[in-house]
Amino acid sequence: MTAQALDGPVRTALADLLLAMADDEFVIGFWDSEWTGIAPILEEDVAFASLAQDEVGHAQALYRLLADLEGGDPDELAFGRRPEEYRHARLLDHPRTDWAFSVARRFLYDTADAARLDALVASAHAPLAAVVAKMRREETYHLLHMHAWLERLATGGQEPRSRLVAAMERLWPDALCVLAGIEGDDLLVEAGVLAEPLAAVRRRWLAGLAPELERLGLPPAPATPPTRCRGPERPDDFRWLWEQFTMVRRSDPEAVW
Amino acid sequence: MRTLSGTEVWEALAEVPDPEIPVVSVVDLGLVHAVEHDGERLRVELLPTFVGCPALDLIRRSVAERLAGMAPQVEVEMTFAVPWTSDRITDEGRRKLRESGFAPPEKGSEPAFGRRPGDTGRQSRPLFSTIPVRPSTTCPYCGSADTSLENLFGPTLCRTLFWCNRCRQPFEQFKAI
Repeated sequence: MTAQALDGPVRTALADLLLAMADDEFVIGFWDSEWTGIAPILEEDVAFASLAQDEVGHAQALYRLLADLEGGDPDELAFGRRPEEYRHARLLDHPRTDWAFSVARRFLYDTADAARLDALVASAHAPLAAVVAKMRREETYHLLHMHAWLERLATGGQEPRSRLVAAMERLWPDALCVLAGIEGDDLLVEAGVLAEPLAAVRRRWLAGLAPELERLGLPPAPATPPTRCRGPERPDDFRWLWEQFTMVRRSDPEAVW
Repeated sequence: MRTLSGTEVWEALAEVPDPEIPVVSVVDLGLVHAVEHDGERLRVELLPTFVGCPALDLIRRSVAERLAGMAPQVEVEMTFAVPWTSDRITDEGRRKLRESGFAPPEKGSEPAFGRRPGDTGRQSRPLFSTIPVRPSTTCPYCGSADTSLENLFGPTLCRTLFWCNRCRQPFEQFKAI
């Protein structure tokens, strides 16, 4: 299926999904790049920088898909909007905080993103399926790494464990937002763009995590469905990040790079 | 006008080094997905190694520069038509990597994801530990199998970091992807 074959409402729903995914990847990439130089160990300076680079690269590919669909320019999409116009999940509003917090947040995000990608890998929208097939392979390294850290902190003694548990309790309500907040996903399912509704993807994600969380004695997902998942309200922490990642662009919007 | 041969194009492509690891060419890395020419137009499609690789446009431009003039119209594009996988690295490429102190990826250890025939997107897949074999390799300097994985991630997206316990040198492995 090419972009031209998508009718109005399906096209709008796809654009919303692409923007949400691209913004998710872009924002987490920038937060995690902040660990470079100050991670607990040198290996994690390298690892988080690499993870962040992956995410920003994925964002770039998704912004390009969106630009191909709706017109516009990927750089403008990435850097040219006001904070209230970004559509990332609330989970990505939080700053780095501490190491356990970043590990918990990244673990929750990466596993949810993997479930989302799995529902898109056979997408009838060929350009999306192609990019997803590539991204999903790269995500396996994210999952391997973050799972190892989750286990390390959960079993590493009282301090890392208590920080991890506190982080997960704080993050769980927001984590549910990664697989929520897109209107019209039923249209995407009908059009074969998405394999199943996001609510089903969320159930699959949670079912996949539950045994492991139980094994490690970590808090399970809350039952309450999430609300106000993707803006436009944004906390000061995200507004600060927005100033950081748009600073160069705003210094000379007409510059050619 | 003389007819351009496929061989000439491939020979030219074999002269384009990867900017990060110049000992290997874009052909050695298996980056070339398609070459089409009809006398008027020469079109080459390349595969990105990693979605976020910052060298992608540089590679594309390097190929375009090398092929310039070989046809009235030369087009070089990156495509995701098929995912680039590290098993596309040729035997020659693997040999050149080893010779320059860079371990090639272990064949068969690539993550088994991406679309497979019959994939509906609704199957349950495990969310973690999806690499069946932990990256391992022999030292490209001394050949020892007594090596330790230091970091799944390295200075670029395509590298993992290793330490050789025998000759006591660090080295990098091209990531299996």
